[in-house]
Amino acid sequence: MLNWLTIDWILLVIVVWLLIGVAGIVALRRFRFVARVLFPIGGFVCLSLAGLALQALGNTPETAILPIGLPQLPFHLRLDNLSAFFLLLIGGVGAGVSLFAAGYFRKGAGTPPGLLCLEYHIFLASMVLVVLADDAYAFMVAWETMALSSFFLVTANHKVPEVQKAGFLYLLIAHIGAIAILLCFGVLQANTGDYTFDNMRAMTLTPFWASTAFLLALFGFGAKAGMLPLHIWLPEAHPAAPSPVSALMSAVMLKTAIYGLLRISFDLLHTHVWWWGGLLLALGLLTALFGVVFAAVQTDMKRLLAYSSIENIGLLLAGMGLTLIFHAYQMPALAALSLTAVLYHTASHAFFKSLLFLGTGSVLHATSERNLGRLGGLMHFMPWVAWLVLIGVFASSGLPPFSGFVSEWLLLQSFLFTPGLPDSFLNMLIPIVAAMIALIAALAGYAMVKFFGVIFLGQPREEKLKEAHDAGIWEKIGMIWLAAWCIALGLFPNFLIGLIDSVTVSLVGAGLAQQAQSSGWLFLVPSSIERASFAPLLFLLGIALGCLLAYVLLRRLYHGGLRRAAPWDCGHPWQTARMQDTAEGFGQPIRQMFEPFMRLTRKIPTPFDKEPVYKVTIEDHFWFWLYLPIAKVIEFVAGQVGRLQQGRISIYLLYSFITLLFMLFLVQK
Amino acid sequence: MSISGFLSQLLAIIVALVLAPLLMGWVNQWRAWLQNRTAPGLLQPYRMLNKLFHKESIVAETASPIFRLAPYIVFGCMVLACAIIPTLSTDLPMSPAADAIALVGLFAVARVFISLAAMDIGTAFGSLGARREMLIGFLAEPALLAILFNASLISNSTALTSIVEYLAHKEFAIYPSLAFAGIAFTMVSFAENARVPVDNPATHLELTMIHEALILEYSGRHLALIEWAVALKLFAYSCIGLALFFPWGIAEAEAPVVLIFALPALVLKLAVGGFLLALIETLSAKMRIFRVPEFLATAFLLAVIGMLVHFLLGA
Repeated sequence: MLNWLTIDWILLVIVVWLLIGVAGIVALRRFRFVARVLFPIGGFVCLSLAGLALQALGNTPETAILPIGLPQLPFHLRLDNLSAFFLLLIGGVGAGVSLFAAGYFRKGAGTPPGLLCLEYHIFLASMVLVVLADDAYAFMVAWETMALSSFFLVTANHKVPEVQKAGFLYLLIAHIGAIAILLCFGVLQANTGDYTFDNMRAMTLTPFWASTAFLLALFGFGAKAGMLPLHIWLPEAHPAAPSPVSALMSAVMLKTAIYGLLRISFDLLHTHVWWWGGLLLALGLLTALFGVVFAAVQTDMKRLLAYSSIENIGLLLAGMGLTLIFHAYQMPALAALSLTAVLYHTASHAFFKSLLFLGTGSVLHATSERNLGRLGGLMHFMPWVAWLVLIGVFASSGLPPFSGFVSEWLLLQSFLFTPGLPDSFLNMLIPIVAAMIALIAALAGYAMVKFFGVIFLGQPREEKLKEAHDAGIWEKIGMIWLAAWCIALGLFPNFLIGLIDSVTVSLVGAGLAQQAQSSGWLFLVPSSIERASFAPLLFLLGIALGCLLAYVLLRRLYHGGLRRAAPWDCGHPWQTARMQDTAEGFGQPIRQMFEPFMRLTRKIPTPFDKEPVYKVTIEDHFWFWLYLPIAKVIEFVAGQVGRLQQGRISIYLLYSFITLLFMLFLVQK
Repeated sequence: MSISGFLSQLLAIIVALVLAPLLMGWVNQWRAWLQNRTAPGLLQPYRMLNKLFHKESIVAETASPIFRLAPYIVFGCMVLACAIIPTLSTDLPMSPAADAIALVGLFAVARVFISLAAMDIGTAFGSLGARREMLIGFLAEPALLAILFNASLISNSTALTSIVEYLAHKEFAIYPSLAFAGIAFTMVSFAENARVPVDNPATHLELTMIHEALILEYSGRHLALIEWAVALKLFAYSCIGLALFFPWGIAEAEAPVVLIFALPALVLKLAVGGFLLALIETLSAKMRIFRVPEFLATAFLLAVIGMLVHFLLGA
């Protein structure tokens, strides 16, 4: 018992989750038991998973073989640094989300609580298995389990038609992606018939086949991650799902796609071609820009966050593209820097996005509104949620000294370090990408100010909002846990960079940690202190001292008091909550500037309308350019094939007869 | 941290706090003279601050704590910005805490806070101002970063002190990329400091105001802090411009004696800069709000072209 390997303990974690799920089924409708007992236990199991992953980081890889599955084809599992890092995220985020979920799920919403509990824990377990899998078979089984369990979670509220539609769209894209991943593994095993990752690692493919495998992986994992143009399911599925599920999907499940792409392009493939990086960089930037522009014009709070996830995935892909370029040109130190930025952002996005999604969950519960146009002023009624979400908003806008800024800073630094690439064309383009990333980050700030300002600030736009109540104790604990990490990762970057170090060493052969800490634990230094440095703690201290200075000055100088009065508003005599900017209004400049990005339909009233209606709908070009044509073609083909179906037995016998004749003809030849 | 470093850091902060309102007064004076008006005294901003500090603060009933917190945060951000920009000397112990990218982040923190505070009351003007401020911000911020990238590509560093030391030390050479960056910087600083082609600091005309709409609800000591922070921001931007494009006269770590000459040099440069600012403001007309994105996009593209030029010429 005592000489168990870490991987065995992690398998025990999975077993405990499954047991919790089974307990949920047994207590199918005993709501209090499921919510207050099972979910918190699941949360503590998550914590222990994070602890185990922490222990495994930096150790030699451990393997295990599970004798389940087909004969001759057991599950191979392997715990190395890359998987340990992602397990850390699953555990860390999962703990917060599970604790929140303990207070979140309510009676009588579609799926019974016990079943939800089962699906939720299977979802967690399958993500852990995806990260641990060491052969294509185990990987695909885990991957599909993850897709299916999350599908059932998304459609928890399955009586609503939109939820059904969103769920099916999600399932469809997930499966198209899965096919590509399967094909990718087929290419990677290079005709040996051995589908273990060990074998794939040993193979060296020709550049053509390596590129094919990479492109298939990009397509397959891109579909899961929400890469353009496969992002279409994200803004539908996230609003449909219950908030803890959205949080897990956005924070962790999208990251398993990042994991898969990292695993294949840095671990399983040995041939590296620089244009892979270029392609990934371009696609990533496009995805990020598209996502953030759409986020800024949304009017549904969860859709806004979904588009913001697309943006962040875009940034991650762009960073990964840069890493691939450095890696292809054999510049390990720079590759380590940009890979560190990618992994750092993976972690920071996981924490802040789950926090934000949970925040929308609390708002949804308190107000049963998702539409930004009917919210407002919640700061006064739900201060806990508001302040915690504000932390997430700062992290997500990339403001120092919160976690989002550190990853943005590292990413920008790695783009500025490019001079020195052998290709002068790339050399020239890449710093310009840095300028683009700056633009995207600034736009993210715009979207986030809109998100927070419209929901929590100002006056309530509806009367019923005044009855909104703050989150319960479980919800608060979950959110505080996540918010604390948003702050900690912002203030102590060297802690996480130290953990990431072993991952980058094993993937690209160099690490950043030693360099980063060369000037003391306070300073984050990517190459030398003369070149660039950032000390978040000192930074915060500086602002705090400035505030203190102001406060002290005021104590010395001011003699006036403080009085509460009605807002002045330029002397406007009366004002209503309707006079505030709506979400549409706040997004209007972006809509006007980026009009070519979106498909706008506007209905503007004329002066003679008795009941004037102003309506704007914003749709995605990709629906009309890509998906609807494909759907039409498939429908047409299906219709043609449908002619075969006549419903008369004589005709079917004729088909059999013709087929038989044809076969005989073939055999004779 | 050496004693001289600590002293020069303290000096930099005190100089910024004292000189910033003076710079504001100087610009306002020149603006009035150039526009054939009787100018207010040079010390008018100090009198203004003093008056506001003694007045009662009126806070709207609908305000949340964010509203009262924002002036302090904005002021703190601007003080930190002035502490890390090499104004007099490059021997700044605070400087390694934040490089050029973090400096832009610092301005963003201030912007986000003031915008949130403006939305907090829930008036029509407040949210209008917040929206416009964020509109300007999301274009000006990457433009400013791209400008700073120009300088950091030349000096191979994003640390402000290293950039300034490098640019001040090189033998006199003209960098074409810096010329592009210079024009872009001028445009961005007009936008960021709510100056005439983009915004009018003297207006309270509802439909045109941006910055004034943001701080409409502030009064008394809160307003004083914000006004001081605005002055500090102008000072900080001027000093970034001087440090990047005219870095002569800034004392370095090895030669603290130059500090004696650095202050007069700074005052002289700021005086010329302030005059030019007033001149440009007088000569240009305010743009419609929807011309502003074009204006700022131009600045952004100029800065990006600057980077391209840097690589094309291999300089």
